[in-house]
Amino acid sequence: MSQHSSTYVPKSAFGKWFESRLPIASLIHSSFIAYPVPRNINYFWTFGAILSFMLASQILTGVFLAMYYTPHASLAFQSVEHIMRDVNFGWLIRYMHANGASMFFVAVYIHIFRGIYYGSYKAPREILWILGVIIYGLMMATAFMGYVLPWGQMSFWGATVITNILAAIPVIGDTIQSLLWGGYSVGNPTLNRFFSIHYLLPFMIAGVVVLHVWALHVPGQNNPTGVPIKSDKDWVPFTPFATIKDLFATAVFMLVFAWFIFYIPNYMGHADNYVPANPSVTPAHIVPEWYFLPFYAILRAIPDKLGGVIAMFASIAVLAFLPWLDTSKVRSTSYRPLYKQFFWILVADTLLLGWLGAKPPEGWYVIVSQIATAYYFIHFLVILPLLGFIERPLPLPNSILESVLGQKGGAGLPSGANAEPQSKG
Amino acid sequence: MAETTTAIAEPTRRDFLFIATGAAAAVGGAALVWPFIQSMTPDAATIAAGAPVEVDLTPIAEGQIVKVFWRGKLIFVRHRTPAEIKAAEDVNVASLRDPQPDAARVKPGHAQWLIVYGNCTHLGCVPLGQQGEYKGWFCPCHGSVFDTSGRVRGGPAPINLPIPPYTFASDTKIVIGQGATA
Repeated sequence: MSQHSSTYVPKSAFGKWFESRLPIASLIHSSFIAYPVPRNINYFWTFGAILSFMLASQILTGVFLAMYYTPHASLAFQSVEHIMRDVNFGWLIRYMHANGASMFFVAVYIHIFRGIYYGSYKAPREILWILGVIIYGLMMATAFMGYVLPWGQMSFWGATVITNILAAIPVIGDTIQSLLWGGYSVGNPTLNRFFSIHYLLPFMIAGVVVLHVWALHVPGQNNPTGVPIKSDKDWVPFTPFATIKDLFATAVFMLVFAWFIFYIPNYMGHADNYVPANPSVTPAHIVPEWYFLPFYAILRAIPDKLGGVIAMFASIAVLAFLPWLDTSKVRSTSYRPLYKQFFWILVADTLLLGWLGAKPPEGWYVIVSQIATAYYFIHFLVILPLLGFIERPLPLPNSILESVLGQKGGAGLPSGANAEPQSKG
Repeated sequence: MAETTTAIAEPTRRDFLFIATGAAAAVGGAALVWPFIQSMTPDAATIAAGAPVEVDLTPIAEGQIVKVFWRGKLIFVRHRTPAEIKAAEDVNVASLRDPQPDAARVKPGHAQWLIVYGNCTHLGCVPLGQQGEYKGWFCPCHGSVFDTSGRVRGGPAPINLPIPPYTFASDTKIVIGQGATA
C-alpha cells in the first residue's frame, strides 16, 4: 500500500518549537487524522476502537476499586461489600468493572471473528494477528485473576480448579502451582499475588496494544473485499470518517454496556460468588465465567487430565498459526463460497462448546463435547489447509472503489492493470 | 576502521572483552531472577503455620467424618464402622484404577481410622461423605466416586484420595504433618 505520509505543519510558534523537540503532534496527525482508511470498511471495523475504550474503562474503574479493596483472605470479601454498600458510587464503579470484563470479551470475540471472516491475519498482517492472540491471552489471565479477588465461593473454587489444572503439566507443573499458591493450597498469599498481577497485566495489555496498532498502521487496515488500497479513490482520511464512525459505534456499545450495569448487573455473574470463600465446602456446580466456557468444555472433553490441559491451551495457540494454516490466497470470505459455510459451522461449533461448558460433564454432554472439540481442531488443522487447494474463489473486484460503486463507477479506471495479483480465478 | 577487518582472522583483545562482559551481564541478570522467583515460594510464616496439627479422636463417633485443615488443605478424619471396614477390605485390588489394598491406607491396628485429603484428585472439589455407590465419597462437581477407603471407583478422578503424613501419638490422638517435608 502506498503510504500517505503526514502533511502536518505546525502553525503556531509554540507548535513549531515543540514539534522540533518531540514530534508527537505529527505522529498523532499521521496515525489518527490523515491516516488512509479503506472507504468500504463496515461497522465490524469499529471494534478496535470499542476495545480501546473498554481497556481504558477497565483500567480507570480498576484503579478506583483498588482504593477500597483489601487483598487479604479474611478481608477481601468484606471490602467488596464495603465498596457496594458504603463507598459513594462504589456499586456503580464495581458493576462497571465486573460487567466491563464481560463486554470486553464480547467485543474481542466479535473482533476476532471479524478478523477470521475477512482474512485479516493473512500476509502482510501476520505479526499484527499474533500480537492480537497475545493480547487475548493476557486478557484471559487478567480476567481469571480478577474474578478471584472478591474471594467468594466461585472465586476460591475457580482458583482451586484452574491451579489444579496447571499441576497436570509434567515436570514443572508442581513448581508452577506452588509459585502461584505461595503456600500449600489456595490461600492468602495466592490472593495477594493475584491482586498484584491483576493490576500489572492491563498495563502489559496496553503496551501490546501499542504494538498491535503500530503493526496495523504499517500495512494499513484490511477491508471487506480484502483488496488492498491501490489508488487515492480507495480511501478516506481517518478523521473525520473513521473517527466519527468509531465514536458512534462506541456510543451504541455503551448503551448495551449501560443496560447491563443498570438493569441486569449480576446476569453474567454467579450467585455463589456472594457467599464468602469456604475451603471445606464446594459449590454444587463450578462454572467459569461465560467467556471461558468453550475452553472449559474442551478441557473436560478429553478424559485424560493432562490431555485436557494440552487440548485447552492448543485450542488457543492454534489461532496464532492461522496465517499459515489458511492456504487460500483470497482474504475475504465474501469471495470464498466453500469456506464461508465452514466459517459459520466453526462459529456454531464454538457456541455449542460454550453451551456445553456450562453443562455438567455427564451422559451425552460428554460425547457431544468430544465431537465438537474434535471438529474445532479438524477445522483449523485439516479443513482450512485443504480448502485453499480445493476451493475456486469468486472473482475479486479490481479495486475497493469498484466494489463500492459497482462496475459502472469503476469503469473510469484501467481495471486490468489493477487486478488483484493474489486472485486465483 | 580499516584495520579491524583483519580481526576476522584473529580475535582481538576487544572481542574477548565484549564476550566476557556480555557473559558476566547474562550470568548476573540470570542470578538476579533467582531471588524474585524464590520470593514467590511459600514464606517462613506460611511454612510455620504449616506445622503439624494434633487431632483428638475421642469426640469422633463411629460413622462420623470430621474435617480438619493442615497447611490450608482439607483433611477428612473418618471413624469407619465395621461394615465400612469390611467393604473396603473385601475388594479385588487388581480391579481398581489405582490399586491399593485397604491395609496400605490405614495404620496397622487402627483400621477404624481413615485419614485422607479432602479434595477430589480430579480438579480439587470437596467430595460429599457417605454418598455414592460405595457410600464412601461422591464428588458433586464431576461425578467421581470413592469407596470407604477413599479409593477412586468411578468418574474422572485419576488416583485415590491421597493419605497425608500422620502418626498416632496415642490410641486417641493423631498428629497430622509429622515427618512431612517443608
